[in-house]
Amino acid sequence: MEHPIFFIDSILAALGMEHPFAYSHVAHSWFVMILLVLSAILFVRGIRLLPTKGQNFFEVLVGGLENFMVDITGPEGKFFFPYIGTIFLYILVSNLIGLIPGFNSPTANLNTTLSMALCTFAYTHIIGIKFHGVKYIRHFLGPVLWLAPLMFPIEVIGHCARVMSLSVRLFGNIFGKEMVLTILFALGGGLAGLCLAPLPILFLGILVSFIQALVFMLLSIMYFVGSMEEAH
Amino acid sequence: MSKKTVIGFLTAVLVLGISSMAFAADEAVKAAGLWVFFGIAVACGFGIGVAALGTGIAMGNAINGALQGTARNPEAGGKIMTTMIIGLALIESLCIYALVICFILVFKIPDLGAMFNLILKSLGG
Repeated sequence: MEHPIFFIDSILAALGMEHPFAYSHVAHSWFVMILLVLSAILFVRGIRLLPTKGQNFFEVLVGGLENFMVDITGPEGKFFFPYIGTIFLYILVSNLIGLIPGFNSPTANLNTTLSMALCTFAYTHIIGIKFHGVKYIRHFLGPVLWLAPLMFPIEVIGHCARVMSLSVRLFGNIFGKEMVLTILFALGGGLAGLCLAPLPILFLGILVSFIQALVFMLLSIMYFVGSMEEAH
Repeated sequence: MSKKTVIGFLTAVLVLGISSMAFAADEAVKAAGLWVFFGIAVACGFGIGVAALGTGIAMGNAINGALQGTARNPEAGGKIMTTMIIGLALIESLCIYALVICFILVFKIPDLGAMFNLILKSLGG
């Protein structure tokens, strides 16, 4: 299968880069980052007490996310809201730009999703050590002390399985959606035939993008809460 | 004979018949040493099929519970639906693991026709 054609890759090739397709997920993730930072700067430039359109939209978004998170974690969980909000917005925008013809989803590549899952994994343990110190190891030892030699490997494997499940869930959903879109478009005869064949998948793709961003954020919140609270 | 016996007998005949046809056609492939691609193709098809079967049953159970809960208490409908959507996403992720393995396997099957033509051309030329 030849490479699909992406606008950003064409721009990079015109600027002199060889094989831009191999790094298309990196280039598109930079694009998503620039998009998010620019929208934040533009809409929050003249922040006022009575909000205007752009500021209103972001207030609703960020306030809604924070309420959703504080419902689950309680007030002591507010300090990791920047990370959770970033994860949600970044994954949401990354998933959605893959639906636009001419753009690739950075999350359709296992590297992007694995890096985000590793960040969540690392932050889980940082929160645990920050809240409990050395006693954080009691989270891994199970309810009763003499079960510890059995529980410790199981808990360690469970924690490592979280990384795999977070990354492969997001990657599989978004890559599978892109693969189905590609195959349907190719089977429909390209521009000459049934070019409306991918349309139901595009609708499903919007739903899946939202749900996968929500699920990643929710699982991160639950892992953080699990390492903040007392051991079993 | 009861209906179950008839259905069981017909299923057994069907499975044996189809599998014997498949094995007969693949003597030639086996002789060429390309048996492994047959295995890969069959594994991909059956793997994702069985995974989707389990996922379908599990999702049906989840939606059943959500609908019954909403029917008993329509005011909690919003919260129940949110929890149901999250549960469905987690169940679906198990099917996605199988799908990723199938993708990995499917892209390992080469284009056998082109490969044969290439080999024959290089041998003949």
